[in-house]
Amino acid sequence: MTALDPHTLTGAYAAHALDPEEHDAFERHLEHCPPCAQETAEFAATLARLGAAEALTPPPELKARVLAALPAVRQEAPQLVRAAPPRRRLARSAPKFALAACLALALGAGAVAVQQHREADRARDRAAALARQQETVAALLTAPDARTATATTGGGTGTVVWSAARGRAGFLAAGLPAPGPGRTYQLWYDDAGTMRPAGLLPTGNGTLLLTGPLDGAAGVGVTLEPAGGSPHPTGAPVLLLPFS
Amino acid sequence: MSHVVSLAPPRRPGPDLRELLSRVVRGDQEAFAALYDAVAGPVLGLVRRVVRDAAQSEEVAQEVLLEVWRTAARYRAERGEVLPWVLTIAHRRAVDRVRSAQAAADRDRRAAAASHGGSPYDEVAEQVEGRLEREQVRRCLRTLTELQRESLTLAYYRGYSYPEVAQVLGAPLGTVKTRMRDALIRMRDCLGVGA
Repeated sequence: MTALDPHTLTGAYAAHALDPEEHDAFERHLEHCPPCAQETAEFAATLARLGAAEALTPPPELKARVLAALPAVRQEAPQLVRAAPPRRRLARSAPKFALAACLALALGAGAVAVQQHREADRARDRAAALARQQETVAALLTAPDARTATATTGGGTGTVVWSAARGRAGFLAAGLPAPGPGRTYQLWYDDAGTMRPAGLLPTGNGTLLLTGPLDGAAGVGVTLEPAGGSPHPTGAPVLLLPFS
Repeated sequence: MSHVVSLAPPRRPGPDLRELLSRVVRGDQEAFAALYDAVAGPVLGLVRRVVRDAAQSEEVAQEVLLEVWRTAARYRAERGEVLPWVLTIAHRRAVDRVRSAQAAADRDRRAAAASHGGSPYDEVAEQVEGRLEREQVRRCLRTLTELQRESLTLAYYRGYSYPEVAQVLGAPLGTVKTRMRDALIRMRDCLGVGA
């Protein structure tokens, strides 16, 4: 267990036990990490039970004072539907440990989903393969030269993490639109404008260790392709993530 | 046929807090008064548990309730129920209060004063309907390991940061953070908290 271990953060965050910097970093990260947000919400509900168990009968004067103060307190306007966050680079907005948190929690969520479906061995093998991929991508995050870039589309985010020293890259999808029946996301290395196939991701939430080495690629592109993938992109990229 | 004995608090047909809050967003003060009746007891109780000083607790509770009025539009139903949202605000403000060094000095001074004169606020009663809930929470807390329980209660009920918890317990930082999460997972499951 290292500082990268995510399992520590959701609990301390929910109990307001993180220092302000960690708290803010983790809060920004929650926007990108549905499993972390889910667990945090469950912990908030759990702590509310601990809080509610302490309930006292407030003195009537308190209600009178609060109600009397209302007219002087300006209410915030409702938020419009949030536009995509302006940041494109996760590296600046969330520390690597938080991304590792998301990967590890996604790993747990994946295991649960598979257990529920129990498509027996095939599903278990797929889950094991997925788990190995997620572990590899999580390990990539610990490389001293690991970098990340994030882009958003359709309310979801795609994050690429790469290490030049290790020559590998990983991709993490969170909340991307489902590819649809008979379709898959396909990853590509951008070799100076030529797209080199780097793997398939048939879901909008998942992790993929890109196949093949970085090999001087300028970035990663994501397209929607027919199931099984294509030798060359057949449509415009839904995400472009430059290694810069 | 056996029957299941539930320790869950009796389900009273309470007000729909989401509905009330959506009216509060539109500036409905009557709806806010009804929301107040539903949440003020837990808010004051939690704040009092963390802050201890009765007068300061009322100040903080008032700030919390006005923050609920001010920021009602920020509530997002897909992230959970209303009471956890309100108590999250309450806990954060209570923790902010106790972490301020000045407040600590004030607290000690006022506590010393209160121990002589007594305070009318000390007569404040535990809510009767809170008893079952309190029993269940205590029962679940007893299922935790000592380190889990202390990590959680020092952070939540006393407002300690995790480095402070680690220092008090003489445990490594990483261990304390892990125990806090472990404790919350166990409490979540024991209390049957859903998503």
